[in-house]
Amino acid sequence: MRRAAALAVVAAALLGAPATAAAQCPRTSLGDIEDEVMCPVCGTPLSLATDAPQAERERAFIERLIADCRSKDEIKNALAAQFGDAVLALPGDAEDDDLGDVLVYVVPALGIAIAAGGIAFAVARWRRGGPREGRRAAEVEGERRLERDMERYEL
Amino acid sequence: MRRVLAPVPIAVMCAVLALVALLAYGLAANEPDRGVEEALSSGTREQAPPLELPRLSGVGRESLEDYRGKVVVLNFWASWCKPCREESPLLDRWHRRMKRGGGTVLGVDSLDLTTDARDFIREYELSYPMLRDGEGESRESFGIVGFPETFVIDRSGRIAAVRRGPVDDAFMRSQVAPLLRPGA
Repeated sequence: MRRAAALAVVAAALLGAPATAAAQCPRTSLGDIEDEVMCPVCGTPLSLATDAPQAERERAFIERLIADCRSKDEIKNALAAQFGDAVLALPGDAEDDDLGDVLVYVVPALGIAIAAGGIAFAVARWRRGGPREGRRAAEVEGERRLERDMERYEL
Repeated sequence: MRRVLAPVPIAVMCAVLALVALLAYGLAANEPDRGVEEALSSGTREQAPPLELPRLSGVGRESLEDYRGKVVVLNFWASWCKPCREESPLLDRWHRRMKRGGGTVLGVDSLDLTTDARDFIREYELSYPMLRDGEGESRESFGIVGFPETFVIDRSGRIAAVRRGPVDDAFMRSQVAPLLRPGA
């Protein structure tokens, strides 16, 4: 009886060990990493490179590292060690160009804001000016034509 | 009568023109360098671009300059490239043949995982020296757009022939063998 209880305790400990290890394992997935790294040959994020042989190898490499319990950052570092910083898709990941990493977000945002402002300003000015006058002139011309027609047909 | 152009169509037109210009620039910028082929077709041999890379074994570095005085068959490859599998045994046979005449095949494993590349070398029992270009930096200077690509470099470091795609025995016989002859 006592032996059976001891065996049960040992079995429970053995079964519980992998679960504990899995709980300590950093949680990441292929899908989570795929969006943040590039397929260097394809020149696209890995998630978009569906059939490229190099992308398949890269995915297999990532999956091996995930199975090895590596964290997302560790996997990205391992990829950078293989393919250089160009494999990192997100600005700021490379940690080599702080100003560039900021500018890459700021410049497009500024560009979009300036373009939107310019278009809004132009549209507002256009509505205030040219077209309204043009519409008024067309209306006056229409009325004149109507009057001429009515006179012609003696209505 | 003065005709007032609406700003929205003008803005749209400008945006379309800008996009077209951007596309044209992108196409022009990505055009591979074909200067080597042009030089070869006019009967001249260009000096090979400088190349210095770590060895695939992980120990030390090598440069093309180290091979000056030898005929070098510089082969850019990757383990995921199917045609590279077909040509590798042929390159190894030629490497053994070339060694006797003062030549070598020099492999450059490009945009590849080191472990995969080493497995490939073991699988095909390749004996020629291998360099590693994980970031693919040498692609630009050699105008490489795919794998495999092979450059035949003469004893004075000039490019004597190029093959964009897998090499075959006929190419090696016609382009490499004459360079190995004494006095070539």
